[in-house]
Amino acid sequence: MPLLELRGVNTHYGAVHILKDVDLAIYPGELVCLLGGNASGKSTTLKTLLGMVTPTTGDVVLDGESVTHQSTSYRVERGVTMVPENRRLFKRLSVKENLELGAYLRTDREGIANDMERIFELFPRVKERMNQKSGTLSGGEQQMVALGRALMSDPRVLLMDEPSMGLAPALVQANFELIQQIHEEGVAIFMVEQNANMALSIADRGWVLQTGKVVLDDSAEALLANPELRASYLGESGNG
Amino acid sequence: MTATSDNLSMLEAPGINWRRQIRFALVGGLSSVFIALAGMPVGLDGRNIIQPVLSMGYLALLWVPFVFASLAGSVVILEGMSERERDAKDLAAGALVGLGSSAGLIILMVLIQNFNLRDPLVNWSPQLLDLLSFDRSTGLGMLLWLILGTTLGLLGGAMHVVPAKVRSRILAVALAVLAVSVLETFLTDLLEGFGLETLTDFIYYKRGGLEVSGAIVVAALALLIPLLVGSKIEGIKTRVVEMPSEERRRVNLLLLTVGAALMLVLPFFLGKITNELLANVGLFVLLALGLNIVVGLAGILDLGYVAFFAVGGYTTAVLTSPNSPGFSPELPWPVALIIVVVLTGIVGLFIGAPVIRMRGDYLAIVTLGFGEIIRLLFLSDWLSGWFGGAQGITNIPGVDVGIGTVKGTDPRSVFLLVLVFCAIAIYVSWRLEHSRLGRAWMAIREDEDVAEAMGVNTTNTKLMAFVVGAVLASFSGAIFSAKVGSIFPTSFLMLVSIIILVVVIVGGMGNIVGVIAGALVLIGVLGGPKQPGLLQEFSQFKLLIYGALLVWMMLKRPEGLVPNVRRTRELHQEEFLQDAWLKGEIDTDDDEDSQ
Ligand SMILES: Nc1ncnc2c1ncn2[C@@H]1O[C@H](COP(=O)(O)OP(=O)(O)OP(=O)(O)O)[C@@H](O)[C@H]1O
Ligand SMILES: [Mg+2]
Repeated sequence: MPLLELRGVNTHYGAVHILKDVDLAIYPGELVCLLGGNASGKSTTLKTLLGMVTPTTGDVVLDGESVTHQSTSYRVERGVTMVPENRRLFKRLSVKENLELGAYLRTDREGIANDMERIFELFPRVKERMNQKSGTLSGGEQQMVALGRALMSDPRVLLMDEPSMGLAPALVQANFELIQQIHEEGVAIFMVEQNANMALSIADRGWVLQTGKVVLDDSAEALLANPELRASYLGESGNG
Repeated sequence: MTATSDNLSMLEAPGINWRRQIRFALVGGLSSVFIALAGMPVGLDGRNIIQPVLSMGYLALLWVPFVFASLAGSVVILEGMSERERDAKDLAAGALVGLGSSAGLIILMVLIQNFNLRDPLVNWSPQLLDLLSFDRSTGLGMLLWLILGTTLGLLGGAMHVVPAKVRSRILAVALAVLAVSVLETFLTDLLEGFGLETLTDFIYYKRGGLEVSGAIVVAALALLIPLLVGSKIEGIKTRVVEMPSEERRRVNLLLLTVGAALMLVLPFFLGKITNELLANVGLFVLLALGLNIVVGLAGILDLGYVAFFAVGGYTTAVLTSPNSPGFSPELPWPVALIIVVVLTGIVGLFIGAPVIRMRGDYLAIVTLGFGEIIRLLFLSDWLSGWFGGAQGITNIPGVDVGIGTVKGTDPRSVFLLVLVFCAIAIYVSWRLEHSRLGRAWMAIREDEDVAEAMGVNTTNTKLMAFVVGAVLASFSGAIFSAKVGSIFPTSFLMLVSIIILVVVIVGGMGNIVGVIAGALVLIGVLGGPKQPGLLQEFSQFKLLIYGALLVWMMLKRPEGLVPNVRRTRELHQEEFLQDAWLKGEIDTDDDEDSQ
């Protein structure tokens, strides 16, 4: 059974039709990615999955149960978490407070403390800077805190909106390695990326969104080999 | 010198920036003229600081050359920069800035003498000219300003030439004399409470202000006391800082208990006027703590906060006064308070529910409107059968607390009651700030969308801030009602909302200690919207000073008067870490700049 699903979802902003009959399913523990050009509706898809936007028709299904009309906190509590576009830390709060806010809906003190330790093991630099205001961290450090904050909710599926956006080239690689590492711990990852090459190289499957419609739905290898996709997203013209 | 050749990495602090000095001289001149034309010298001349040498009116002008000169001379010393040797040139720069300030006044004197602009500028008056001439001939007055301005500017510049220790001593002495003079009403009251009238008679002049001899004694004490006990206090401080956190917490708790106990006995040593004044301050502390939760923690810019104060006050009046025009159950105050709290909380929900969906500017404007609507409802003919319209509700009884009655004619009792509620409000604020709810508020303040993505129910959480804020305001309203004994719509003008907001901003948003300090300084010294402060002469300039303070705070100290200790410590640590990083002591292999 898929962990999280969109079934025939149409989403509007006001009268504007953004998502058009979108179907997609994320299974437990897999790493999948959603590709698409600017304004194709990628972020909207994530917001619909998390419940920050309610679809006009169609269903969001979590563990086989329709959560279309459930709140965001209901979904977060059941293991869906987002790493927002551009990281968006709580800038004037300390790193520690940011992490604690990630665990906002959890009540198991022990589990929270354990996860905090786990994150410090994963990112020793975050521990060093625990009391620093997060707004003053470097871009790479902010990315670690953003990931850490998301992990603090003990998620089953992580929705990541362009995790490599705004990172220096050297960090992009490291960042993808981190994502893989988190994935290997058993967290399903649904990643929105512009960097299609890199994303597909670690993903199992992927979708391509064009003006709100899913135009391709295939395995990562197939997508990588798809000449149309290569032409439009992988920055290559014709056969490389 | 050869220093540059063998120590290239050492940056030299920049020399005197003459352009900056000239700018400060000009601004000083304009400020002096503005202060003079705003009527401060004449309006404040009646209040002595040191009799007969210095009145507050002259002080309003004399601080300008000194402070501007010393500000113009300050430089930020960056890391790795050596402090420049200060010399006679710095004195000259200070004198220049001081000269600028007095030049402004001299030009003003010439203009007043030759033109009459009294029509638009009410303070363009012979009295001002007389005052500026020191009641002598205009020519002599100008000469005196020239000398005074230049000398004070020189002294301002000299502040950077003398060693830092001397500088802080001089400032401490000046501030001590000023404070003792400004706090006259409070201190005489307190000293009389201890039966020390002879001391007050010695220090203070009969009709206000310090005696010269008194000023000298105060200055000497301010100079000597730190010399005698300074090192001891330092020692104790370091010992406390070095204590293990467990023990330190116990010391803090002890200090807190002693402080609280002192606060509770303080009213018994104070006279009527001071108790009254502090009771007013306390009412504003309650309001400011409430607004601090809404604005400071949750980041909701509520400009109509007075509405909850009004609802609290009016509900208390209706429930307790025999003169309540509509419904008059004449409940005892404590019982009424429960209903007041519940009702104000509900009003908070009702006003909050539609408002909470808006953000930023829209929210500010709509809350401003709600604040006025509530006042107009109380004023309206439509509801005058309940709230008495412009006649208000009178004859509100005091609070019967068993051992006595708290009522306006006995300010001591009111102050005690206010203290109890302030303690409750402080405790509640402190607990909330460190609770899960408090963290959710801060998350919303920082980034509402992300807070929602973390699972925070933003609507309910923001509503909670509104309700908690409303309840704290209702405490204040309920006490206000019983204290004044009557209640009218004019007590709840928009100005009240604005002043509470200024207290919160000046104190430092989200900072409990700061907010209390802000209320003490602003309401206690300058006065509230209608309540006189220690400096009653200031009442006509209150709003001007509030405004100036607000602008200055926003520009220079957005963190508030009392910086949050925890935050500054973080900042230092931050700086330390960044230094270490700059020096390469922390590995940076995965940092973005490595590419
Ligand atoms: N709150 C909103 N109100 C109205 N229109 C919106 C809103 N949010 C997004 N849109 C519009 O919806 C469309 C899809 O936006 P979305 O953010 O999902 O794009 P995206 O694929 O994430 O683009 P990008 O790669 O630039 O982040 C865009 O045309 C955008 O202008
Ligand atoms: Mg996007």
